[in-house]
Amino acid sequence: MAFDVKAERKFKVVGTRVARPDGIDKVTGKAAYGADISAPGMLHGRILRSPHAHARIRAIDVSEAAKLAGVKAIVTGADLAQPEDEAFADVAINCLARDKALYDGHAVAAVAATSKSIAKRAIRLIKVDYEVLPHVTDVDAAMKPGAPVVQEGRALENVPAGMSQNVTTRYQFGHGDLDAGFAKADRIIERSFKTAATHQGYIEPQACLASLGNDGRGEVWCCTQGQYMVRANCAAALGVEESQLRITASEIGGGFGGKTSTFIEPVALALSRKAGKPVKIVMTRDEVFKATGPTISTSMDIRIGMTRDGRITAGRGELRYSGGAYPNETVDMGAQAAFAAYDLEAVETVGWNAMTNRPKEIPYRAPGAPTAIYAVESVVDELCQALDLDPLDVRLLNAARKGTRSSYGPTFNEIGLVATLEAAKAHPHYTAPLGPNQGRGLSCGFWFNFGGNTCVSLNINDDGTVGVVEGNPDIGGSRASISMMAAEELGVPYDKVRTVIADTSSLGFNDITDGSRVTFAVGLATIEAARAAIREMCRRVAKIWDIDEDAVIWEDGCAKPAGPNAGTHPPMSLAEIAAIAGNTGGPIAGHHEVNADGAGVSFGVHLCDTEVDPETGGTKILRYTVFQDAGKAVHPDYVEGQMQGGAVQGIGWALNEEYIYGEDGRLQNAGLLDYRVPVASDLPDIETVILEIPNPGHPYGVRGVGETPIVPPLAAIANAVSRAAGVRMTELPMSPPRLLKAMTG
Amino acid sequence: MKTIPVETTINGDSAEFLCHADESLLDVLRDRLGLTGAKEGCGTGDCGACSVMLNGRVVCSCLVLGVEAQGAEIETIEGMANGETLHPLQRVFIEEAALQCGVCTPGILVAAKALLEKNPDPTDTEVRYWLAGNLCRCTGYDKIIKAVQIAAAEMRGA
Repeated sequence: MAFDVKAERKFKVVGTRVARPDGIDKVTGKAAYGADISAPGMLHGRILRSPHAHARIRAIDVSEAAKLAGVKAIVTGADLAQPEDEAFADVAINCLARDKALYDGHAVAAVAATSKSIAKRAIRLIKVDYEVLPHVTDVDAAMKPGAPVVQEGRALENVPAGMSQNVTTRYQFGHGDLDAGFAKADRIIERSFKTAATHQGYIEPQACLASLGNDGRGEVWCCTQGQYMVRANCAAALGVEESQLRITASEIGGGFGGKTSTFIEPVALALSRKAGKPVKIVMTRDEVFKATGPTISTSMDIRIGMTRDGRITAGRGELRYSGGAYPNETVDMGAQAAFAAYDLEAVETVGWNAMTNRPKEIPYRAPGAPTAIYAVESVVDELCQALDLDPLDVRLLNAARKGTRSSYGPTFNEIGLVATLEAAKAHPHYTAPLGPNQGRGLSCGFWFNFGGNTCVSLNINDDGTVGVVEGNPDIGGSRASISMMAAEELGVPYDKVRTVIADTSSLGFNDITDGSRVTFAVGLATIEAARAAIREMCRRVAKIWDIDEDAVIWEDGCAKPAGPNAGTHPPMSLAEIAAIAGNTGGPIAGHHEVNADGAGVSFGVHLCDTEVDPETGGTKILRYTVFQDAGKAVHPDYVEGQMQGGAVQGIGWALNEEYIYGEDGRLQNAGLLDYRVPVASDLPDIETVILEIPNPGHPYGVRGVGETPIVPPLAAIANAVSRAAGVRMTELPMSPPRLLKAMTG
Repeated sequence: MKTIPVETTINGDSAEFLCHADESLLDVLRDRLGLTGAKEGCGTGDCGACSVMLNGRVVCSCLVLGVEAQGAEIETIEGMANGETLHPLQRVFIEEAALQCGVCTPGILVAAKALLEKNPDPTDTEVRYWLAGNLCRCTGYDKIIKAVQIAAAEMRGA
């Protein structure tokens, strides 16, 4: 759907900072999240998890647990279907293991009981006979021939023979003559990097309330980024039809990609089917860390050549990602994103995925991109230091722009990278003085953005208000932005529109809330649905006025006569048309169903000042500024909120957060005390600068903004710390012990 | 397991409940009294999403036993607004977009109100350290700190 030239008009609602419709419920404690509702006769579910990193399950004896008073159902992997589709099968086996436990925390059995404490006691009575197997948790170790094999027979055909069976995929992107490119360079730097797995760290653990009868009809209430995804996964895992499952998304307490899969809903449904009662499962934080998806852990080699005056002549990256115990394609996106910010004659990236005995990777905000871009941007920064060049000037000299053939194939349309870099260069932050032990770093960031399958229904109510029904959980204020776009298009006040999120039985299929797609794709579908309603309202009015349909136009919330033969009629408002809809043909609604493309890639630039403490290895973030192209910021507060929140998640990734495994393959820091996410006192204000380079693929020029902000912080902070410490840091997180070791040798 | 009768005061109203000796105040509030505004983010006192006031002090209700509520005064997020009039912190949090997913918001509001009762004119640093026990994963805290300061200024002027 093309950019609407009319969008250069002055917006009335879009771009303002209105109050969100769910605000009062969320500041008064009324909003209902995953764990906040109960059902009469409800049972409590609890899951038994493997204490071993890798073990064959010889037998499970549930007889003692079943005898405990109050236990109503026990399930194991045998109670779930075995879907033929590999992706569905992996989800089912991840929900309840079958032959092998693949990581510390892998679900093995589950109990439903009349109280939480009985359920907790019951799982301790289940006896699992494990044959402990050798394990591997490091990606480089997992790729070596002879490494313990996590799963057999999962490699794709593009993986060369002779590698460990843990290696499942190989991707390659690029163009140009690398040898010729490197030959032209005055300086070549090659570095290897490692990054730890991190967790999305949403504050609300996964929770659900599920009910399934033996007739195959079921209901689920759960916190998820996609109720239709939950439906598909549950239907496959339970062997029931999708139409018989109604999934309602609760308010969601954070996701960041982490709630784009299912862990407990199929288990709760299986327990409910056996017990004949609704079952509620709420994960503990320990379970969230051990058994829901962290992001990838990585090992990467980057080689870049540069001329004396700062032109990049060639770039090559070799990325090795582990997405845990299952085949995983996140490295595909990392390999595509690595060099996306640059206009290059010669570039190549090769990406590998290797299975390890870690939890199944689940996307985390711009999955795959932050780590790859961290490695590339670190080498670019080191080249700037080596050649005594200004790092912003070098980015500007090499920046991708309209017409650039991207490193991953497509040619870029209108993109905002150069404008974003120029805004950073002009900002006072870039030239502010620095003190001792302080350093400034910057990085570009990139994300593809996504459109996807989207349905919207827009109802004109008889009192002149408007109802929008959409199918994507509101993860950070999207109901406000969708209502704003509906109000803008219809010409009615924002508070006349109410947007609700449908359950799976009330609206057609919608892709997950992911890929920064909701404001773009649901917004686009809402605008089209509003236009359909407007066409219908104009048709009704033409009938009343007895003139041609095309002699009626829509302006400022009213149908008006237009053109030489329209006559003179007083404008009819939406409310007036709605009030008599019963007399003009019945209820008025607009719909739009689309698989939206044209999402428009997104670029951002982050500037960061840090101070390192040579005695402790600690890093303090002194100043942080985010520059990002939003296309059109529908609600600027929530665009800024995405930029700030993403930056701070990136700060955590850069400085503190990591999955730490012991020699025994067990996760050693499965809690928020030892897995340390940034707290308020760690941080300065996060300054934001929004740029608006309209996306040609959206009627108002909107681009998704949610994911790009987590991409640049890793390198921006690494570059700032490396300059402050006088030593190049090549491993994340740059936790105090790691930095101290690097500084003291 | 035997249950224990507890008499307490919640948001100014007297309340009675039965609970087990090992049940947390958070579980009592949520499961027995239907007050689900306080959230369990961790169950170990690390995230602050379950913050409530117990006899005038902010506590993580997941670390308090239900039986400890005997004879105590408890305030929760459900008692912060006065009828349909929001507390200034609640209103400013909406106006300044200081919440995204909103799951940490009840705990942060309870903690911020306690701060402003103790220190009506805090510095940004004081706000940041006071709220260091309340994790927010969405906002990066920037708009939360600004909203607390705007509400504080308004409350000082009122």
